[in-house]
Amino acid sequence: MMALSFSKESEERITKLLPKYPDKMAACLPVLWIAQDEFGWVSDDAMRLVAERLDLSLAHVYGVATFYTMYNKKRVGHYHVQVCTNVACMLNDAYDVMGSFERELGIKRGQTTEDGLFTLCEVECLAACGGAVCVQVNKDYHEKVRAEDVGAFVKKLRAAVTPDSAKAAGTIEAKG
Amino acid sequence: MKILTKNFGNEQAKEIATYEKLGGYQALRKAVRLKPAQIIDEVKAGSLRGRGGAGFPAGVKWGFLPKDAETIYLVVNADEGEPGTFKDRWLMYWDPHRLIEGCCIAAYACRSHNVYIYIRGELFKEAAILEKAVDEAYRRGMLGNSMVGSGWAMDMAVHRGAGAYICGEETSLLNSIEGLRGYPRLKPPFPAIKGVFGKPTIVNNVETLMSVPAIIELGGDAYAKLGVEGEGGQRCIAISGHVKNPGVYEIPCGKSLKAIIDDDAGGMRSPDKPIKGVIPGGSSMPVLLAHEIDVPYSVDGLGKSEKIGEVEISPGKKFIWAGGTLRSSPGSGAIVVMEEGTDMVAVCARLMRFYAHESCGQCTPCREGSGWLAKICTRLAEGQGRPGDLQRLERAAAQIGGNTICALGDAVTWPMLGFLTKFRDEFEARLAESTYVDEGTP
Repeated sequence: MMALSFSKESEERITKLLPKYPDKMAACLPVLWIAQDEFGWVSDDAMRLVAERLDLSLAHVYGVATFYTMYNKKRVGHYHVQVCTNVACMLNDAYDVMGSFERELGIKRGQTTEDGLFTLCEVECLAACGGAVCVQVNKDYHEKVRAEDVGAFVKKLRAAVTPDSAKAAGTIEAKG
Repeated sequence: MKILTKNFGNEQAKEIATYEKLGGYQALRKAVRLKPAQIIDEVKAGSLRGRGGAGFPAGVKWGFLPKDAETIYLVVNADEGEPGTFKDRWLMYWDPHRLIEGCCIAAYACRSHNVYIYIRGELFKEAAILEKAVDEAYRRGMLGNSMVGSGWAMDMAVHRGAGAYICGEETSLLNSIEGLRGYPRLKPPFPAIKGVFGKPTIVNNVETLMSVPAIIELGGDAYAKLGVEGEGGQRCIAISGHVKNPGVYEIPCGKSLKAIIDDDAGGMRSPDKPIKGVIPGGSSMPVLLAHEIDVPYSVDGLGKSEKIGEVEISPGKKFIWAGGTLRSSPGSGAIVVMEEGTDMVAVCARLMRFYAHESCGQCTPCREGSGWLAKICTRLAEGQGRPGDLQRLERAAAQIGGNTICALGDAVTWPMLGFLTKFRDEFEARLAESTYVDEGTP
């Protein structure tokens, strides 16, 4: 497999970022974010790339990437559906919402649909307890989600997928 | 009077021009004409207590910095993750410049030229709002080589987390800024002596810093009078669960918890289901019963009022913490209200699973203990409790708190013993109904 490299755009982001910190190690989290933005997830190769770029050991970057839950160490679907089931959401029937997603998508939490479109996860408190149940899809919060709305919710997400957006998210490749 | 929520609902207030038109950055202009020590005195006079959870007096914390330090950092804790808490997210969404202004005043008071805002990774939208606001503040001369023309250099950067509750613990947060795993550090040395990048550092919560401009505008004494003795001013509470109107409300410190639920949040969502329990300050704080909530919402009110029963290890056996008994605390200002019919064993089990997931794994009592509590509570909730399980919970919980590097250990112990003390009957009934069959496995 060919070694990964950062795009020109990502390199520019890194160059702009480094002067904010007194040393390069401090850029470890933000550069992992840049890697995830570019490649969709943080593979071993991406970790190696981050380590090389910041003069860190691979062991260090691996340790950091695996500590924080938001770095995807596995490829995720076009839509990363993250259902909060912590206390305030639980009190507003989050487990019913989760069950609806599982039925609607035909997968269990932690799994990705065969077409590579959806990954479903259970997450901890998203700081949106006033809008329980909160479901984060990629970068966006969706609040006050009810179990009975999930069917329409998923339909809307499916309708928004274009071949280009799916390809950009690498999900076509995941399917193949 | 609205201070912190003044600009809520006004989308334009995110822009620096509107924020200034509404009186923004006047407090900063006033502050730079004062000496740093005068600002600290005002904040002390305002008896501003930290709004992140521990409630430590902000001015006192700033006073811990060594006098001769060359480089000092101010770090904003925007890693809002305590279950139930969402006020900082709203504050940053509606009023990013009030946070920047508060940071500038606080940093100047602490003789710092460098601010990092550590925001939790999930808050993509709020991080983008803050980054835009910081850029605007640079362009307008609030930040940069000469903050509002004072000659004081001020740099500010937004640093995003990546999903770890533990990074809300201040020393873990500092490690996370340095590019490390979010492991809490042993204290001492405290961050004020040795913090981020080995330099003296002050870590303050978002809302704490956003309260500072009002202290400068009103003066410390006038600000203090808005609240109660020992806890000045106003604070934001985030209320959720089974109330009619969940949301963020600004209240004077010391307002009755019952009044907050009845008046601000509009009471319960179903009139036929009264309150069964209230988590008063984020999920780590011991739960209260319906008859315990007519108390002032303050550190003293929830911590000392005789109206609230003490947390026990087992019936009659007091839980001694930091030399005293434990009642509860307003913590992070997150109030979770539960109606009659709520399965308290299931709620407790869900919280224990949360702490087991978020324990960083450094300290054995927390790493192993939280896992045990989660496992035992979950099997109790699922009707598979085993003989002796309540004693196992008591023993494990009481051995975690106080025996770990950071307060996450306490944050596991307190709610566990809180639920077990206040809803003991329910735990016992659940155990009595258990269908578990011991098949004699060793």
